[in-house]
Amino acid sequence: MLSQDNIQRINDLRQRYPTSQALMLPALWIAQEQHGFLSEETMKEVAALLAVPYGHVLGVVTFYTMLHAKPVGKHHIEVCTNISCLLRGSDKVLAHLEKRLGIKAGETTSDGKWTLSETECMGSCGTAPMFAVGEEYHENLTIEKVDRIIDSLT
Amino acid sequence: MTATTRPSDPTKQSLWKPVILPDNPGLHMIDVYLQNGGYSALKKALGMKPEDVTEEVKKSGLRGRGGACFPTGLKWSFMPKQSAKPKYLCVNGDESEPGTFKDRQIFEFNPHLLIEGTLIACYAMGITSAYIYIRGEYGKWIKMVEQALSDAYAKGYVGQNILGTGFSTNVYVHKGAGAYICGEESSLMNSIEGERGYPRVKPPFPAQNGLWGCPTTINNVETISNVPVILDKGWEWYSKIGIAKHPGPILVGVSGHVNNPGVFEMPTGEPLLDIIHKWAGGVPGGKRIKAVIPGGSSTMILRGENLEGVNMDADSLKAAGSSVGTAGVMVMDEETDLIRVITRITKFYYHESCGQCTPCREGTGWMFKILKRFEKHDATKADIDLLLDVANNIEGNTICALGDAAAWPVQSMVKRFREEFEARTRA
Repeated sequence: MLSQDNIQRINDLRQRYPTSQALMLPALWIAQEQHGFLSEETMKEVAALLAVPYGHVLGVVTFYTMLHAKPVGKHHIEVCTNISCLLRGSDKVLAHLEKRLGIKAGETTSDGKWTLSETECMGSCGTAPMFAVGEEYHENLTIEKVDRIIDSLT
Repeated sequence: MTATTRPSDPTKQSLWKPVILPDNPGLHMIDVYLQNGGYSALKKALGMKPEDVTEEVKKSGLRGRGGACFPTGLKWSFMPKQSAKPKYLCVNGDESEPGTFKDRQIFEFNPHLLIEGTLIACYAMGITSAYIYIRGEYGKWIKMVEQALSDAYAKGYVGQNILGTGFSTNVYVHKGAGAYICGEESSLMNSIEGERGYPRVKPPFPAQNGLWGCPTTINNVETISNVPVILDKGWEWYSKIGIAKHPGPILVGVSGHVNNPGVFEMPTGEPLLDIIHKWAGGVPGGKRIKAVIPGGSSTMILRGENLEGVNMDADSLKAAGSSVGTAGVMVMDEETDLIRVITRITKFYYHESCGQCTPCREGTGWMFKILKRFEKHDATKADIDLLLDVANNIEGNTICALGDAAAWPVQSMVKRFREEFEARTRA
């Protein structure tokens, strides 16, 4: 269930848009912030709040890569492997993380602590290679730096 | 990190004093922005007739910085003066073109310039609601822009009856959720409306039928950030910066195999070789440049030995067989495996194709599959022509430009580096 506070936050945004359907992404972001992912129950709740069919919400959730229909790990590491990062060794960063965490890109550790993903360009081309952990960008990575960051995440 | 990276060759510093990203670390704070003449361009604009503001932008020669180089003032003039429906402005901060990282600097270091430009654009076109659409991955930068926006609201620069002039407009930040295609203008509007980010068939064009079926203009973040500068210093001053047909300061992002990567602000028309060697510090180890992608991953790749005389502006890059795009320059040294590069680029378009049009949805996947064979040295000579055939059948046959954007890198790579493909075929 969405918290009363979060329902209020969504309703407060209504004055920004002429339709309630336009609250789709803002509402899904708020819901995902509360639950960590968007379950069928949550999507149905958002659908009711916005007065749109559940299928429409599901269609949106499956379209955008940052909206998760399944739980992700406590720390979601997203390694950019697009051109600028590739040219500066992102393959080594990814390989090191796969070895260190014992999972392949796209997987979550069995204890739910880590999810590792390969992502498209995140706009850190001048500070490549990089990965993001949630909203935090870690740039100009070296293997030593990667280890320090992983060690610091509990 | 600073707003712009310093050029490696100090003589280049005297070429241009940045106006979009000035060297002032406090500029993101509204008080500092105001002390440095901030919001005076808005005041000036509010004292003019709206159509004169559009005329000023038209005469400045400003062209869009999001990739298409469309004249901004002309785009604004497409908006109906009288409209029974509300009009909207969308500021495109989706910044997802691989190799592009310039708008992010504006969000962080000069967000008020973006807000001021947004307000001037709204005034010129009679718009009362603007949405700044920022990619979801930029969560941290979204908060910075929201902070700047709330400071601007508090001081009366945004909202009702701005500076007592009777002009009112609201500006909102809309957070994307991870989709390259949402940088395409009609897809961006669908995304705001709460739809999947599917591009729309044009016509109708946004100026007639855009957001919620209302007249809408979509401009890139960097484009909008040039507007206060034009109003402040006048169109004549602006039109003399750089190349006459494509004037103004441009944010050039240089990445890949260079010693001093970063975003540089410079006048248009700077030689590409100077950008690589004198701004971005040259190639590590003094290695030869094998290839350069000059304007983000959608633009056609150039051979390293053909860069002499190629400059960073629309016409020069067009003549060289590429385009200025988003000015994201990616440099590849002599040891680069270009087959790997083009396979990765194609994987990107395959992943980001929205799936509406068959040529793009299927074609990008087919190209990726064929390229994987080259990557594994398991292709045949016929695969080169097959690859080109698929690319040629995507180009021009889709609703939006993503299809072209997927085809051009492949076509140019085969055309300019055919030997790389031949070397990877089975004997």
